[in-house]
Amino acid sequence: MSGVIAQLREKALELTLKTGDFTLFFGRMLVAVPATIARPSLVVAQIYNAGALSLVIIMLAGLFVGMVLGLTGYDILQRYGSEEALGSVSAIALVKELGPVVTALLFAGRAGTAVTSEIGLMKATDQLAALEMMAVDPVRRVCVPRFLGGVVSMPLLAGIFSMIGIFGAQLVGVYLMRVDAGQFWSELQAAMEPRYISEGLIKSCAFGVACSAIAVHEGFRCLPTAEGVSRATTRTVVNSSVAVLIIDYLLTAVML
Amino acid sequence: MDNAINTSLRNLATARSPADLVMRLEDVSYSVGNRAILKGLSLSIPRGSVTGVMGPSGTGKTTLLRLMTGQINADSGRVIVAGEDLGLLSRSQLYTLRKRMGMLFQNGALLTDLSVYENVAYPLREHTDLPEALIARVVLTKLQAVGLRGAADLMPSELSGGMARRVALARAIVMDPEFLIYDEPFAGLDPIAMGMVMRLIRRLNDTLGLTSIIVSHDVAEMALLADYAYVLNAGAIAAQGTPVELAGDPTPAVRQFMAGLEEGPVAFHYPAPDYAQQLLGLVR
Ligand SMILES: Nc1ncnc2c1ncn2[C@@H]1O[C@H](COP(=O)(O)OP(=O)(O)OP(=O)(O)O)[C@@H](O)[C@H]1O
Ligand SMILES: [Mg+2]
Repeated sequence: MSGVIAQLREKALELTLKTGDFTLFFGRMLVAVPATIARPSLVVAQIYNAGALSLVIIMLAGLFVGMVLGLTGYDILQRYGSEEALGSVSAIALVKELGPVVTALLFAGRAGTAVTSEIGLMKATDQLAALEMMAVDPVRRVCVPRFLGGVVSMPLLAGIFSMIGIFGAQLVGVYLMRVDAGQFWSELQAAMEPRYISEGLIKSCAFGVACSAIAVHEGFRCLPTAEGVSRATTRTVVNSSVAVLIIDYLLTAVML
Repeated sequence: MDNAINTSLRNLATARSPADLVMRLEDVSYSVGNRAILKGLSLSIPRGSVTGVMGPSGTGKTTLLRLMTGQINADSGRVIVAGEDLGLLSRSQLYTLRKRMGMLFQNGALLTDLSVYENVAYPLREHTDLPEALIARVVLTKLQAVGLRGAADLMPSELSGGMARRVALARAIVMDPEFLIYDEPFAGLDPIAMGMVMRLIRRLNDTLGLTSIIVSHDVAEMALLADYAYVLNAGAIAAQGTPVELAGDPTPAVRQFMAGLEEGPVAFHYPAPDYAQQLLGLVR
């Protein structure tokens, strides 16, 4: 029994230390943001890595999520004879919720892991220490550009996801289930309010900050061995996903 | 080269006043978890000398270099470099000091996303506003010095281990530092490259007035190169002196190391149960 309590205490201590370390690291990155923005070429390269290279998987996922929405949405709505609402239902679901969340989950798996393992390997091969020795702050040169790249990419990717998703829902609804195209689009236009879009935007920005910061931090703090890097990569996916879902709930509750 | 060594030796004899000691460790201890790696180490390094740090694998030589450059902080004791106590410096003060240091890492540590040329140019681009033509000139001179001017356009992944280390050496000297710290500069070099690197280290030291610190377990090379050497064993200094003095050191541990004997107080084997018993499955 006392063993369990001791273990719990150790876990709690570990968690506290890690949270504190994350907060300090996050602050250190924020301080370095202006200097990094002054030299945008590094950030642009990372927007390419995090954003452009994630495009295919995001578009593919968006298309299929949209198509599933079209099928399920049609199936339910037609029971109430209101299948023309398909456009508005799927668009609101995508823009407010599915777009930001699914994009963030995919982003953690695709771009987040890439960032963690890259920084972890740089650490394991002494590249971060070499930067330190050249009087170059690795946080500024390595971490912040990757963080900003993720923060900028995430809302853009979520936007693309939602658009392709709506296209997918329309594909199924209009061409397969024969919902009237005019009704589909006019319902969508009538129901879509600016606040849905801003809600989705706020969410994906928050997810971008959380996922990128977690990925960079895990890489920067990993044990500099092959096993350490692989564990850090796994933690990136798990922690990012949990963070995204919790933040999603909190933001939804606040913005209801 | 003998001449050069003799001059430096003479310099050394007169260089014991505190102002000439550019690096000083006072009773430094460092441990990871509850395992002590360095135990109460004191040493001093005079300006313009080539100092060797030797010792068996895993005794804390790399750890010592990381302490000297402020990459890690001592648990107790002081590390003083160019009059500054590293433990008391802020990050930006430490970076200012590091612009005067060059370090060659054990495995090169080149930035893998940049070409050889860009790796060597990197410190210049970060810290100076030199025009491109001048950067090219400096970079090519340094690459020529390590014999790799022709490899300027290769990526680090296309280099062999020895080549990578020579590029890293070019990068370490590109800012013309005052201190040069080498971690195992000879490991994995062929005899030709080894001779070249040794001459380069000596030449840099004597012509530019550098202070060099070399970590290595190559006793023969160190005997030729170092003005003064420390032998580290189990996280403490086992012996110190000129290479000649060390070669005649009577302490068994030092004799064993300098002569490369298996039998002696320095265990070649990590602590383990009895060999025969373990093979027979009597102990695990
Ligand atoms: N981060 C760390 N965590 C745990 N142990 C460490 C760590 N860093 C170093 N050590 C231990 O400290 C000891 C000294 O390591 P160090 O790298 O300084 O040895 P070394 O003298 O440079 O060896 P080599 O000649 O093989 O390079 C080793 O036994 C190593 O296991
Ligand atoms: Mg070492």
